[in-house]
Amino acid sequence: MNYSQFFSMIPEVSLLAIFVAILIFDLVATGRYRRMFHAMVCLLIIPHVYVCMEFGGKEQTLFGGMYYTNSMIALMKAMLTFGSALVILQAHRWLRSTHTYYKQGEFYILLLSTLVGMYFMLSARHFLLFYIGMELASLPLACLVAFDKYRHHSAEAGIKYVLTSMFASAAMLYGISFLYGTTGTLYFDDMIAGITGSPMQIFAMVMFFSGLGFKISLVPFHLWTADSYQGAPTVVTAYLSVISKGAAVFTLFTILTKVFAPMTAQWQLMLYILIVASITIANLFAIKQTNLKRFMAFSSISQAGYIMLAVIGGTAQGMSSMVYYILVYIVANLAVFGIIETIEHAKEGEIVRDDCNGLYKTNPRLSLLMTLALFSLAGIPPFAGFFSKFFVFMSAFDAGFIVLVFIALINTVISLYYYLLIVKAMYITPNDNPIPHVKCDLFARISLGACLLGIILLGICSFVYIGIDKLTF
Amino acid sequence: MIIPAEYYLILATVLFFIGVFGFFTRRNLISLLISTELMLNAVDINFAVFNAYCHPEHLEGFFFTMFGIGITAAETGVAIAIIINVFRNAKSIHIKNLRELKY
Repeated sequence: MNYSQFFSMIPEVSLLAIFVAILIFDLVATGRYRRMFHAMVCLLIIPHVYVCMEFGGKEQTLFGGMYYTNSMIALMKAMLTFGSALVILQAHRWLRSTHTYYKQGEFYILLLSTLVGMYFMLSARHFLLFYIGMELASLPLACLVAFDKYRHHSAEAGIKYVLTSMFASAAMLYGISFLYGTTGTLYFDDMIAGITGSPMQIFAMVMFFSGLGFKISLVPFHLWTADSYQGAPTVVTAYLSVISKGAAVFTLFTILTKVFAPMTAQWQLMLYILIVASITIANLFAIKQTNLKRFMAFSSISQAGYIMLAVIGGTAQGMSSMVYYILVYIVANLAVFGIIETIEHAKEGEIVRDDCNGLYKTNPRLSLLMTLALFSLAGIPPFAGFFSKFFVFMSAFDAGFIVLVFIALINTVISLYYYLLIVKAMYITPNDNPIPHVKCDLFARISLGACLLGIILLGICSFVYIGIDKLTF
Repeated sequence: MIIPAEYYLILATVLFFIGVFGFFTRRNLISLLISTELMLNAVDINFAVFNAYCHPEHLEGFFFTMFGIGITAAETGVAIAIIINVFRNAKSIHIKNLRELKY
């Protein structure tokens, strides 16, 4: 038995080593050491971003073609790890509260196991490995959504998430079983030879798509999104909205271009309809939301629609613009959720839009960062969000979807309206007793500072996009 | 006498759509869970049949079935745990108690 293959997948193995270290620390640490737990986890996970970039980038195929990695996949893994590190940094105050303090270790362990699952999803070149990775990424997330045991909303969100997830994965497996029946293999590389575009394979593709569509929360599969986002602890909502979505989008791109390449016309039509539906419906629903987390849920559905614009062309340009979009989306969205988490703590309850009234008076710096993040999400020029939207639109335009880009542009204007509603509430709407001044702890400061730098610099520094564009895919 | 593959496939299809129907009509969380189990089991039958009848040279379908059963068990464990949590908070597992998060 040759074990060297295991040690060739360095990002996964080192993440598992961190996982085991945390597990043991959680078992044995007491008292003084326990108070250092959070700092220790952060110190372990942040260098791992570098490990992913540095050691995972060598192009290689392992386990008889089941596992594949190259520099683009390594970059994606590093980005997901970076996002998870930001989420963990923001979680400090929540983990200190009475009901979560004693199960602090479980939070890290569940979060890291979803991250391992996403690594396998990204690297999978076989449907079995892909399925296991996807379930590993979504099952612990259900536990995380229901993490606040004594809050009814959390349990309700958890059960909605886990049942919809099971339904979607059953539909996806049904599709995979027909693909297997018609082609006789589960390897991505071998399967493409058997794909002919017969009616049964179209049916199988649609069923398969529902599984990933659920994770990305595109429109017909989005019904769980708002409820789960609102009920889950804010940190977990942040994780759900960016990290899990980013991994699923990347995997969907890989599978559509690698496996379903002979059926390009069919899936492009399907994506076309889904994108128009996602962007439009999510925008219309977002306008009437008052709860801030629910509002961000609909915003994230429409953002998912924009990301799919990069997928629909299926080109290399689409790939790099998609990865860039996910990177910008991670920093902008995590900034918004970090601020929601902070002011939620000050108010001790869910935040509705009116709570933001006059926030500028008491928390000028948080309001400024929130404004920048919302501008970035809406795509206002000097910030990173504008460039990421521009590249995504460019890739869809070059692939020939001119009407689609036009519809997306109109929707960008609509989205500007509801993002600015919050900015207006913070700066203009008068309020006699706004939320009092909140002092962020050190961990949240680091995280929000990283987000701020990302929002401003990612757009201005052109070498980021050029660097992504040069990577092999 | 060998039973033709179509019979198994029809069984699997019927089972799958009974699961879908149950998922949309039932009003009890445990029944919803059972419905999704039916769907997943239909998929397992599908894989085994395709492997045995269409592609007997490899065992990929059977392996998928075995992994599928294992993962389904894990999913059920998580779902049951969350259902118990719902019961503790709402004192019932009927769907009508899960209406606080809406619109």
